[in-house]
Amino acid sequence: MSEIADKVKAIIVEKLGVEESEVTPEASFTNDLGADSLDTVELIMEFEKEFNISIPDDQAENIGTVGQAISYLEENVK
Amino acid sequence: MPFKRVVITGLGALTPIGNTVQEFWNGLSAGVSGAGPITKFNAEKFRTKFACEVKGLDINQFIPRQEARKMDPFAQYALIVADEAVADAGLNPEQINLDKAGVIWGSGIGGLKTFEDEVKNYATGDGSPRYNPFFIPKMIADSASGLLSIRYGFRGVNYVTVSACASATNAMIDAFNFIRLGRLDIAISGGSEAAVTEAGVGGFNALRALSERNDSPETASRPFDKDRDGFVLGEGAGAIILEEYEHAKARGAKIYAELIGGGMSSDAYHITAPHPEGLGALNVMKDALNDAGIGPEDIDYINVHGTSTPLGDVSEATAIEKVFGEHAYRLNISSTKSMTGHLLGAAGAIESIACLMAMQHNLVPPTINHFTDDEQFNPKLNFTFNKAQERAVNVALSNTFGFGGHNFSVVFRKL
Repeated sequence: MSEIADKVKAIIVEKLGVEESEVTPEASFTNDLGADSLDTVELIMEFEKEFNISIPDDQAENIGTVGQAISYLEENVK
Repeated sequence: MPFKRVVITGLGALTPIGNTVQEFWNGLSAGVSGAGPITKFNAEKFRTKFACEVKGLDINQFIPRQEARKMDPFAQYALIVADEAVADAGLNPEQINLDKAGVIWGSGIGGLKTFEDEVKNYATGDGSPRYNPFFIPKMIADSASGLLSIRYGFRGVNYVTVSACASATNAMIDAFNFIRLGRLDIAISGGSEAAVTEAGVGGFNALRALSERNDSPETASRPFDKDRDGFVLGEGAGAIILEEYEHAKARGAKIYAELIGGGMSSDAYHITAPHPEGLGALNVMKDALNDAGIGPEDIDYINVHGTSTPLGDVSEATAIEKVFGEHAYRLNISSTKSMTGHLLGAAGAIESIACLMAMQHNLVPPTINHFTDDEQFNPKLNFTFNKAQERAVNVALSNTFGFGGHNFSVVFRKL
């Protein structure tokens, strides 16, 4: 697994208080991991901070699962 | 329509001298100080390096980490004491009309730690506004009452009163009024504060409001002593369940006492200094007695605001002599802030609990740390110095005064 994927999972575990085993690529933040809309905003901000990038709102809207977050970051983080 | 009667059926406390009502009372009756060096931040450069902090509290024992991290400490404290009070009252939310169950909470400041952390984070960053989405809901003072209503499903009136150090008493009087008017059956009231932070200590230090007795924190809060030099900042919370009398009786609730009157006044004088002749203090005590329909001679015990500041203690004692006349020398007076420090917006809640426990035990908790008499106070006044005193406490009055000149007093009577 990539270093990015590890970091993403660690952030999700920390912020949503879920078990690492629940953080599968298909897991949806809201439907599976118990996040509400504010939690999702916070996750995006944490990704931005951790990877020092800016995720535009229209892109952020498409990040709803663990896998989507990892792919987006793998493509966009230099 | 006659007013309905309002009784107290549940209590919860989280204080610098005890994390439950029972522990709090044990500390009060034994005359224990809650002051010590500040542990929450490095206070080396501050004029005051001590405070009355809550001790040995594991938040996650009460609130799961995931929920707790979205709450400022002042809101966490609110939930912890409200849980104790709701359990103490034997309240089953399924057996009450939730539309007539309210939450009126008090906090003088609200989420100060959250505000500091977020602003510091921005100020030390690169200018990008990376504010946390939970910043505002964590910080705003009314988050405490909102969270409580969600926790218990109380759908009646819900808000927080902000009247500095009088906030919790303000909240209780509002709840009292709604219940006696028949608008609520039951209310969770009280207050919480968590201002032992850099900005809290630094801000009060700048006002020269805090004691700077760094060589002896535990004797620093010495209300009515000649060498008092300011208040000791405290933190914590108190919760009080107010309930309409017939409602409480019908469900067989344990009743601590009746809340019989609430006094309200303003100094209309200065934003931080008390009125020199204690006019606001005098008016609020008179108003409370009048509202309760009793005379000055009915009061057995006054839990004073008594913060240990040079001016405030004098104006309050002056006001007591004016309101109570000769009876002022027969009643017991004490400042439990000598032990707990000053919990700001939560002070009125824990001090009302001190009154209610004094009534239960017929024991007046002391004003500790009395070393030297001050000729500004009439020696005939009994400040219950240094040691608790046994006496029948049937009726007790609690005073709270806040920056801004807000004054609120409540009167409790045994049933």
